[in-house]
Amino acid sequence: MVVRSHILVGIDASSILAGAREVMQELIKELNKRNLQDEVKVLETGSLGASSDGVVIVVYPEGINYRNVKVEDVPIIVEEHLLKGRPVKRLMMSPGATGIVVKEPTRFNISKQLRIVLKNTGIINPDSIEEYIAVGGYEALGKALLEMKPQGVIQEIKNSGLRGRGGAGFPTGLKWEFASKSKGTPKYLLCNADEGEPGTFKDRLILEGDPHKVIEGMVIAGYAIGAMKGYIYIRGEYELSIERIEKALSQAREYGFLGKDIFGTGFSFDIVVKKGAGAYICGEETALIESLEGKRGEPRFKPPYPTDAGLWGKPTVINNVETLANVPGIIQNGADWFRSFGTEKSPGTKVYAILGHIVNAGLIEVPMGITLREIIYGYGGGMRVGRAFKVAQVGGTAGALLGEDALDVPIDFDSLKPLNATLGSGAILIMDDSTCIVDVLSSVVSFFRRESCGKCAPCRVGVDKLYKLISNINTGNLDVIDKMLEIAFYMQQTSFCALGQSPIMPIASAIKYFKDEISEHVYGKCRTGRCYFEKVPERLSIAV
Amino acid sequence: MNVEQILTKYEPKMENILLILHDLQNSKPTQHLSPEDIMKVAEYIKLPISKVYETATFYGLFSTEPRGKYIVRVCVSTPCYVEGAQEVLEALKETLGIEHRETTEDGLFTLEEVSCLGICGVAPAMMVNEEAFGNLTPERVREIIMNFREREEIKW
Repeated sequence: MVVRSHILVGIDASSILAGAREVMQELIKELNKRNLQDEVKVLETGSLGASSDGVVIVVYPEGINYRNVKVEDVPIIVEEHLLKGRPVKRLMMSPGATGIVVKEPTRFNISKQLRIVLKNTGIINPDSIEEYIAVGGYEALGKALLEMKPQGVIQEIKNSGLRGRGGAGFPTGLKWEFASKSKGTPKYLLCNADEGEPGTFKDRLILEGDPHKVIEGMVIAGYAIGAMKGYIYIRGEYELSIERIEKALSQAREYGFLGKDIFGTGFSFDIVVKKGAGAYICGEETALIESLEGKRGEPRFKPPYPTDAGLWGKPTVINNVETLANVPGIIQNGADWFRSFGTEKSPGTKVYAILGHIVNAGLIEVPMGITLREIIYGYGGGMRVGRAFKVAQVGGTAGALLGEDALDVPIDFDSLKPLNATLGSGAILIMDDSTCIVDVLSSVVSFFRRESCGKCAPCRVGVDKLYKLISNINTGNLDVIDKMLEIAFYMQQTSFCALGQSPIMPIASAIKYFKDEISEHVYGKCRTGRCYFEKVPERLSIAV
Repeated sequence: MNVEQILTKYEPKMENILLILHDLQNSKPTQHLSPEDIMKVAEYIKLPISKVYETATFYGLFSTEPRGKYIVRVCVSTPCYVEGAQEVLEALKETLGIEHRETTEDGLFTLEEVSCLGICGVAPAMMVNEEAFGNLTPERVREIIMNFREREEIKW
């Protein structure tokens, strides 16, 4: 019998806890009950939309999305839609949602999303290499290996202007060139999937939704720099990512996209998965290398940079998951195509995790350079009912806290610099007027206190001092604010790695945008009522 | 699987320490790494015990103290915090009667405050062993813990 419909069920960590596996089982059960199992196929795919959408399923060929599907909705969907051909309006995705809609994007008013990295996420079955190949997967690898020299691949990536999506925004092509020209052998390619930045879960969804794209990007990168071995370092909490990538690797080996003498070109490359163990610092590239070697994840002194002396002292390129997922598209379509998206200095798209006090939390992929306002109101569905925007933390917990003035600044690697902010990992936490800024800042500082690795004194001691200052801010003496700034400043100047250099960003920006509110706390007053002060001292000088 | 079987799954190389420690810890009902485990790993890889120990104690997912059957890991970082993680944490502490890194007397639960579970879209979030829970409220966590307790009672 000919299959007339496909139902895709989005399976990822958030949807699983909303009951996606149960919904999938129920679908199969209901279809069997109505003897539809041969004409309607149920398939598993990656994330299909906003985390707040619960279980999302798509019915093809119509391309109709249902969200917040519960087990008890399944019989109605099967009966009405699949048997009688009448879509269940009540459960259909409403316009303006962040969800991924495939068939006719304009109908759902999400035409502004531009998907390069997430192109296949939620469309193909991540456990099937055939489906990835069917949408053009591994063609870029063929093109790179058969038609291009390693130097040509590097040149193409350089021309594209692709910059690292892990946070620092370093030009990827340049990094590859450094490693390629470096004398040592063998060379290594590492994929950084130790996504520990609170608020960030883009790499997890890429790995869960389209693992082959990351693998393809890695093999191309390996070819370009002259590496024979690659590692993916995935954080230990990402069980599903590890499972899917392991499966994808063995499929790629079977098909000859990995292993010895790929496409008969003489180029050999293989990839090993390594599992992290819950240390934020291991996202720092040299700490990641230490951890990969089996040691404590403490950062190394730079220089030498990893491109000269990385893993086991050999030339090593470390790229973020999202960066590598951009590579096949660039090789396939060319640098000019990539440059047609985004801004002059930050070409391409960016995957943002938008969350906090907005209507639709989730992942979006949009061109570089759109504003915070567009993100909140265009994609996030706006602020929650009756609440107004107060502050956004851009770039993760190490990111700046930006007030209303910053709503119309384009978000890309360079436009944020004048605000002393960075794009970071692409996490955007939006908070409304019920939020107390000191409360938020104290949670940021306690994060750094938990995660400082302890290797260097400025960071180890500094985070503790900051924590004590902010926890006892009601000193009655405004000097406490300057003291916080001073400590964060010296941490930035003297800390060994980016972790200790980061607290200045949230602290200085909070003080810049919300000095009045912070000052009130010094005198024991919290305008939102979040903070409780046991005692409000008249005037005390603080001992630091 | 016993310790030897786990060890021999991997080549005796330093780069495999983390994977070995993960497997060892997962194989034990107490979900921890004992001094004997550390010594055996050191012996197998031919490294000083201190080297393996310093690695084991660096990472948040490893514990050198025995833990409960269910490890309740609750995210307290900013994205969860602004959605009410503090209240969720207080409710957990109250219903379990324990603080961060403590284990209940019946050996069922260990509470851990962690920095991120990567499911920020459904903040506030927590995990109980491998199972994730999102959009938490104080009421919901009490319910979840109660369900785990009931599960245990039925088994007995």
